[in-house]
Order: sequence, then structure tokens, then C-alpha cells
Amino acid sequence: MSDQALVLAASAIGAGLAMIAGIGAGIGQGFAAGKGAEAVGKQPEAQGVITRTMLLGAAVAETTGIYGLVVALILLFANPLLGLLG
Amino acid sequence: MEFAPVELFYLPNNAVTRLFNIAGAPVKSTVTTTWLIMAALVLISWLATKDLKKEPEPGSLQNIMGAYVEAIANLVETTMESKNKAFVSYIGTLTIYLVVANLVGIIPGRDLFNLYTPTADLNTTLALAFITAINVHFLGVKTKGIGAYLKGYFEPMPLLFPINVIGAFADPISLAFRLFGNMMGSVVIMALLFGVVPLVVPGIATIYFDVFAGVLQAFIFSMLTMTYISMEVE
Repeated sequence: MSDQALVLAASAIGAGLAMIAGIGAGIGQGFAAGKGAEAVGKQPEAQGVITRTMLLGAAVAETTGIYGLVVALILLFANPLLGLLG
Repeated sequence: MEFAPVELFYLPNNAVTRLFNIAGAPVKSTVTTTWLIMAALVLISWLATKDLKKEPEPGSLQNIMGAYVEAIANLVETTMESKNKAFVSYIGTLTIYLVVANLVGIIPGRDLFNLYTPTADLNTTLALAFITAINVHFLGVKTKGIGAYLKGYFEPMPLLFPINVIGAFADPISLAFRLFGNMMGSVVIMALLFGVVPLVVPGIATIYFDVFAGVLQAFIFSMLTMTYISMEVE
């Protein structure tokens, strides 16, 4: 197996592992959505404010997942490790 | 391999981009697409305000743009309190630009015209995030005074100074990466889907990945901009 094939295979596995970060974002967003639904159930008249706050919180919870996605995309489409082979 | 945002992903070149070369930096299709969006928005604004009527007919351009301005003014007032009315124009411009820029992906035949989602380029989103960061720190110094502003970095205790500095840099960077990651993800996923099944399925998926995610991320970017600024001004 050539050096390049080894780096490419490892990068593909690394990209897959990086996307594990999505678990945290998913749990966080689900938690925010659940609490938002609960709040609307308690106070239906404040639905606009609750929805806005929930979307904001969900966006912040999403950040770590997006970092994982960026790392995975870099590994797949703009691999910096291949350049090190020379 | 040079690891610069420009070379992070391949950005399509076209005849217009090859014409321009400002200060040794190549003008990519991100910039030319932004110029087109700017021209379109200026044209719409000019048409909407060309002959203003006291009572515009329902559904006319003036009516629609008036409703948009009113909605943004309400949003700014509830999120940033009424003393920050000066931000209505900036937030309104930011939101409408981001919405149009995120929806470039649904234009049919965009590859023919070399259009590329500008927000799927880290340069655009970082520039927009740094406008927010400069606003935050400038207004922080202006409202609190330089002493109180600097003292804010040593709270709740002086030991936390490095963490507060990292936090100040992390805000704009996470703001930029959130929009960039979302739009880059949708561009890549749509390209992959078009490669696998060219019929029907991408049409349904584009509603979620381009329209829903694009509009939501534009809204979230301006909401977070308002939240960061109003947190500093209070």
C-alpha cells in the first residue's frame, strides 16, 4: 500500500470519527426543543418569545456539531495531510 | 500545501473573476455573486421607493418592503430595547443580504452563470462576524468608558483574564463558523445528492437544506449579532 493511500484511508476514517460530534449537538437541540414545547404548553400566549429564544439556544448548541462538520469537510475535500507527504 | 481559507475549497472562476485582480488578490466568484446580490437589492429598494404612495395597495412592492422594515424594527426593539434604534438599518440590511445569499443555491442553472453561495466561503462570514465584533467592542468602550470596559475582563476574578480574552475571540469565530459550516454542508450535500439521484429527490431535499436551513441561519446570525451587541451595551 502506498503512503498516499494510507493517508487517504486514515483521513476518511478520521472524517467519520469527527462527525461523532453530531451526537452532542443533536442531544442539545432535542433538549432545547423539548423544553420549548413544555414552555409553550404552560404559557401559550408567549409563543413568539419562546420560539425565538429556543432557536437561539439551539443555534448555540449546534456550534460543536458544526465544528465537527468543518473538520470532516476539510479532511475529505481539502486534506492538509496529503501535502506533508511531499 | 498552503492552508488558507481561499484554498480551503475550490471556488469556481469565470470570465469576470479573471478580469479583476485587486491588490494581487484574486477576485473569486463569491465576490462577483455578492456584487450581483447587491445590484439586485439596490434595484428592489429603488423600485419600492420610486413613487411612494400614502396608502399602498396590498401586495405591491412598497407594501411588502414596508412590512419587512416594520418587522425588523419590531424585532430590534424587543431584542435590543428601544434605545438602540440606530441598528434597525444595519440588522435589516444584514438579514436581507444573508437570506438572499443563502438562497443562491436554489437558482436554477447557477453553474452556467458561475454563481456560488457567498456564505459558503469563510471569507464572507468572517468579514461579517468581524463587523459584529468591532461593533461590540467599540460600543462597549463608548457606553461603559475604557476603564470599566477593561475591568470587565478581570471579572469575576483577575485569574480568569486569559479565559475572558479567549471568550472575546471565540464569539465572532463561532459566529462565522456556524454560518459557514451550515451553508458549506448544504452545498456539499446538494452536490452529492445531484450526483446520486438527479431527479425529484434533490428537489425535495433542497427545500430543507437550502430554503429552511438558509433562512433559519440568516435569522440566527442577525439574532446573535443583536444579542452580542445588546449584552455589551447594557
